[in-house]
Amino acid sequence: MITEREKILRRIREALTLSAPFPGEHGHGLGNKAHGTPAPIQSAKPWLPAGGETVESQIEKFRLASTDLNSDFQLAASEEEAHHILAETAEREGWKKVATHRGGLCDAAVPKLNLPVMPTDDGYDVLEMEACDAGITECDALVAQTGSVLITNTSAGGRALSILPPHHVVLARLDQLVGDLTDAFALLKTKYHSRYPSMISFVTGPSRTGDIERILVLGAHGPKKLTIICY
Amino acid sequence: MKAFVEEFKEQARVITRDLRHRGLIQTALRKYEVARDRRKGAFGNWQMARQAAAEIKYEAINHLDTYLAEFADKLMDRGTQVHWATTPAQAREIILGIIKSKNAKSIIKSKAMTAEEIHLNDAMEKAGYEVVESDLGEFIVQLRREPPYHIVFPAMHLTRDDISALFEKELGSAPTREPEELTMIARRALRKKYITADVGITGANFAIAETGMISITENEGNARLTAALPKTMITLVGIEKVLPKLEDLALFLPMLATAGAGQTLTGYNTMYGGPRQKGEIDGPEEFHVVLLDNRRTELLADPEQRDALHCIRCGACLNVCPIFKNVGGHTYGTTYSGPIGSVITPHLRGLQDWKHLSNASSLCGACTETCPVKIDLHHHLLQNRRNASEQEPSALERFAYKGFAFLINRPGLYQFAKEMGRLLEPLHKMVKGSKLDPARSWTSTRDLPSMPSQSFKEWWRNR
Repeated sequence: MITEREKILRRIREALTLSAPFPGEHGHGLGNKAHGTPAPIQSAKPWLPAGGETVESQIEKFRLASTDLNSDFQLAASEEEAHHILAETAEREGWKKVATHRGGLCDAAVPKLNLPVMPTDDGYDVLEMEACDAGITECDALVAQTGSVLITNTSAGGRALSILPPHHVVLARLDQLVGDLTDAFALLKTKYHSRYPSMISFVTGPSRTGDIERILVLGAHGPKKLTIICY
Repeated sequence: MKAFVEEFKEQARVITRDLRHRGLIQTALRKYEVARDRRKGAFGNWQMARQAAAEIKYEAINHLDTYLAEFADKLMDRGTQVHWATTPAQAREIILGIIKSKNAKSIIKSKAMTAEEIHLNDAMEKAGYEVVESDLGEFIVQLRREPPYHIVFPAMHLTRDDISALFEKELGSAPTREPEELTMIARRALRKKYITADVGITGANFAIAETGMISITENEGNARLTAALPKTMITLVGIEKVLPKLEDLALFLPMLATAGAGQTLTGYNTMYGGPRQKGEIDGPEEFHVVLLDNRRTELLADPEQRDALHCIRCGACLNVCPIFKNVGGHTYGTTYSGPIGSVITPHLRGLQDWKHLSNASSLCGACTETCPVKIDLHHHLLQNRRNASEQEPSALERFAYKGFAFLINRPGLYQFAKEMGRLLEPLHKMVKGSKLDPARSWTSTRDLPSMPSQSFKEWWRNR
């Protein structure tokens, strides 16, 4: 018996026996051919929004993008200062309980808060996580071009930790900052050697919607606040 | 047969005179235009980026068999169950089968136009399941029991007051004029649903062949939650969504965000490569991907319009279309509205039934110019017109052109007709636009140019 897969693939092969005009070379329009066929584009990187060449310019891009996105980006000069910023945030927001995962940056910072902590690493209760005031995670990279945080379910304590609690806090090192999305995908490739985690996400600002009269509202379903503490 | 075109005309007649509707759409789209242009300006070169995107989609679509097989195989390697559906009925059956086998009761859904295409919600509700749309706009139109107004902005045709009244009626909430408060009402209502849902259903914006991943673009985080909490995840995706390489997203994600909503990047762009893997903390135990053909292969077989399969459903062509801005999204009566809908609906649902959409166009070309993947939209509208009349020539048109040819080839007769025209013009003015007027389909909404008192020929003679 022929499977549905085989049937669909056969129809595709049949359909493709006739070739279609290359983009920009449709039959209409006089003299299109006169200019010759341009060479196919190898990389789109130069045509995209710039990510910045130096660390300074990347930090600046990331800061600008964060302002635009209503993300709270905090650049600390030292680990102590980063921990201090986290503690201040906890106090200002009145956190009573936080969820987090194991990892170098989290392990060093979260215990200092002196708050009840829910770790996700060995399984967790969804309702308990939902009741936490913040989810504190690490990340794979920060992307200057777009102000995004690149996370995976292995780097950020699973799929839910960074989306369910109302405040997502990211702890990152400055050397995790990359220029643009192209760099971020290259980093993923070298880091995971094609054995990618089952979820990869570019988080760009807190959760948002414009579905009511195109007016921006933060915290549609995911976190209302996104804080990025980098040192 | 007549029904679709008559319905279109009737609705268009009503809504083009609806000033409230016009105001809403124009305000929303003006905001979009300003944001989009600002983001486009940040690109190194927007036109070159479009060309690059068009070339990548060209490569993907013209080797679709290879990439699709690679996509499916890579997904299966990591424990995803891949299903193939030629027809909407097959896709519905597959999805209902999965739901049934899981003994599911409630289903949470994040936005998927392919699901609209196969009327999945209807089918699930008829089978007795509770389905909740989680995207705010989709949630609103679901409560109103109507289809999404726009492929990206489903509730664009409603004011905050409409939505407040709807929530008051359906959810028992207190009336409010604050969009934030309204959003929080929906947030609270849906939070419970995420936590109790047995199955999560999503669409996909891209399917990555190289790594076997789907990619979902969203702002609210509802798809992230849908893919994190329920035990079973089902993704319905059209076969044309394939991109060859993971890094192609470095181009397509910002293009989609800029063209679609005037953002640098959409809030969450998430790639899923399988169910929860060994050693991972959470995520669904089962991940099903349903690949949908639904006559896409027929469109593929038309090399002239094959590039319509490059579409990334950003909605940019709707936003710039003068027809869309006047008649609105629901008038089309199709899943996909605007220029792209007018181009592909005849392929997906029959040329003769839907050819009127290709005629409802000023052929201004704004759609083609704005399309981030360079689909030759307005020429495809012309080709649809040509194909429709080749397939079923209009007897009336043929008769009219024959008559015209007869007339124009006989100078004496032409002269006589001209004189008659001048003579009859005052008489026509008396019946203009009324039922007695043979030209009323034109004259009921427009003025007929008046006959000149002197023809060129006469002027030349008397000069």
